[in-house]
Amino acid sequence: MRDVAIIGVGMVQFGRRDEDTLLDMLAKASLRALDDAGMGDRGVDAVYVGNMAAGMFQHQSSIASSLVDRLSLLPAAADTVENGPASGGSAIKNGLLAVASGYYDYVLVAGGEKMREVTGWRATDVVATMSHPQVEYPYGITLPGMAGMFTRLYMEKYGVTREMLVTVAIKNQAMGGLNPYAHVEMAIDKEGIYTSPHAVVNNPIGADPLHLYDMCPVSDGAAAVLLCPLELAKKFPQPPIHIAGFGQATDTHALQEREDPTDLKAVTLASQQAYEMAKLKPSDINVAELHDAFTILEIANSEHVGFFKKGEGGKAALAGKTRLGGPMPINVSGGLKARGHPVGATGVAQAVDLVWQLRHALPKERQVKDAQNGLAINFGGFGNNVTALILRRVQQ
Amino acid sequence: MPVDMELEAVLRPTQYPMVPYPPKVVTLANGKKMVIRQAEREDVPEILKSVHPCLFIERDYYDVVSARLYGELLAWYYYRAKSPYCLIGQVDGYLVGAVNGRLENEKVGMSYHTLAIDRGLRIGSHLFAAKMEYHLEYLGQEEVLVVAESPIGFRRWMIEYPLKPSKIPHELGGGDSWVLTREIYEKAKPRLVVGDRPVPADLWEVATRHILFADEDTIRERIAGLKGR
Repeated sequence: MRDVAIIGVGMVQFGRRDEDTLLDMLAKASLRALDDAGMGDRGVDAVYVGNMAAGMFQHQSSIASSLVDRLSLLPAAADTVENGPASGGSAIKNGLLAVASGYYDYVLVAGGEKMREVTGWRATDVVATMSHPQVEYPYGITLPGMAGMFTRLYMEKYGVTREMLVTVAIKNQAMGGLNPYAHVEMAIDKEGIYTSPHAVVNNPIGADPLHLYDMCPVSDGAAAVLLCPLELAKKFPQPPIHIAGFGQATDTHALQEREDPTDLKAVTLASQQAYEMAKLKPSDINVAELHDAFTILEIANSEHVGFFKKGEGGKAALAGKTRLGGPMPINVSGGLKARGHPVGATGVAQAVDLVWQLRHALPKERQVKDAQNGLAINFGGFGNNVTALILRRVQQ
Repeated sequence: MPVDMELEAVLRPTQYPMVPYPPKVVTLANGKKMVIRQAEREDVPEILKSVHPCLFIERDYYDVVSARLYGELLAWYYYRAKSPYCLIGQVDGYLVGAVNGRLENEKVGMSYHTLAIDRGLRIGSHLFAAKMEYHLEYLGQEEVLVVAESPIGFRRWMIEYPLKPSKIPHELGGGDSWVLTREIYEKAKPRLVVGDRPVPADLWEVATRHILFADEDTIRERIAGLKGR
C-alpha cells in the first residue's frame, strides 16, 4: 500500500446558494482544488463524489458522471458515493484506497449537496429517509427527534447540562463568524439564547431538550480534495498533507436495537482504526473536526474518540478546553453548526478545513498553533455508519 | 403639491382613536438590545429609505412585501388609510425591522406587513408579536386578520401561533384570512411575546434621537446573504 497525500483543496461558501446548481457548486469547489494543487492541464485518473440525496432534492442521479464531463476530465473514471451524511467521508475512503492500491495516481474527491431547493421540513424529511424504513421512519422520527432523545439520555446518564450545549453553540458560531466559507456568520450570546427570558423566542425548543441553536442549519455547499501518492506530492507547490489514518465502522440501523443508545460504538471503532493506522493516540491530535450536527454530538464524539472520558466532554467544553487556544481545539471551522451541513459535502469539507490547519495557512484568529495532526469524524445515520480520518502535516 | 382641505375632508378616511403602543426592549440572540416603538407619521420618509432597497430583492418575496409596505406607509403619510400604525425595531438606533397594520373596526384588526431588515435574529417574530400585542392588549381588539406572502411568514404566523383559518377575504390580495383570536393569543403569549418595559433611558435616547439606516449594500447583504459572491 502506498502512502497517500492531499495536494489540493477547494470549497465554496456554504449557505443558501440560489444562484448555483449542485453541479455548479461541485465544479467550483473541484476547480479550486485542482488550481490549489497546481495541476495545470494535467488530468485526473478518477473522480469520486460524495452525495446523499440529489435524487430526491434535484431529481438527479449520476452526479460524478456529470461532474467529470463538466470539468472536461473525460475519460476519468467516475463514481458517486452515497453513505448518508457520511457520504463525503466515504468518498475520501474510496479515493484513498484507489491511490494507496496503486491503481490510480491522481484522484479528485468532491462532496456536495443542494438542500435549500426545498422547504426546511421537506429537507428534514429527505434526511430522515436514512432512518430505519420499518421501525423508525413510518412513525415520523426525524434526525432532530433522534438527537433530542439521545440528548435526554446523555443528560440523565452523564450529567450533560443545557449550559454545556449552549457553550458549544456559542463557541462554534463565534468561529463560524471568522470563517469566510461558513453558512452562519452570526455570533450568538449566552444571555440572548439562554439566560434572558427573551430566549424563549430567540432560541425555541426544536426537539426537546434541543433548541434552535443546538442544531446545524440546512445548507447548500460543496468541497473537494485532490489525492496522489505521497511520493509524487513533493512535485506540487502546496505542502502535502498525509492521510495518516482512516477507519470506518457501522452500528445497528435502528437505535432501539443498541444495548446502550448513548454508546456510539461506530465512532469508537472507526477512530480506533484510524489511530492504529496512523500509529497515534488521541493525545497526539492537535485539532479535530467532529460531526456536530447537534451540539450534543460534539460532546459525545469528543468522548468516543478518546479526547475525554465519558461524562467529561461537556465539562471540558464548559471549561474552554475545546476552544481555539485550549488543549483540544474542536470545530475551529465552526463545525457543522456554523459552517453548515450540506450532507454529502460535510466529510470533504472537514478534510479541507483540516488541511488548511495543517498547512498553517489560516489567519491567526483561526489557526491552531503548530498543528501537526488532525482528526475528522463524519457521522452517518444516527451513528450507524461512521468514518474517521487522520491527517498529518508532512515534515519538509 | 396643492392641498384642497375641503376635498381632503372627503378623501381622508375617518380615524378611530388609538392609544399609543408602549415601547419595550427585547434582548436578541446576539445579545443586542432591540427597542420596539411606535413610529410617528413624520418618520415615514425616513423609514422608506430602508424599505426602498428591499423592493429589488426577490429572495423570500421581499420585493412584494416591501412594495406593499412602501405603498401602505405612503398612504399613511398622505392620510389615505384608515387608522393605520407602524411599529419599528431599532438596534443601536439603526432600523432593523418594521411592522404595520390598521384597525378594520373597533373590534377587528387588519395585519399588514412584517419586514425584517436584519435577518437570522427572529426580529420578524418579535415585531409580529408586538403587533399582535398592540391589537389585543392595548387597542382592546378581539381578533386580527392575517395573511402571509412568504413561506417564512406562513411558518412563523400560521403554524407557530397557530392561527385559525377563515373564509374572510384579507385586504392584501383578497385571499382567505387567518385569524388571531384572543384565545389563541393568550395561549401563544408565554412562548412568543416578550419584552421589558420601561425602555432604559439610555436605549430610549439612542432610539429616538435619529432613526439610523444601513446603506443599501448592507441591507441587501443582511437580507439576501450574498456576502462574497
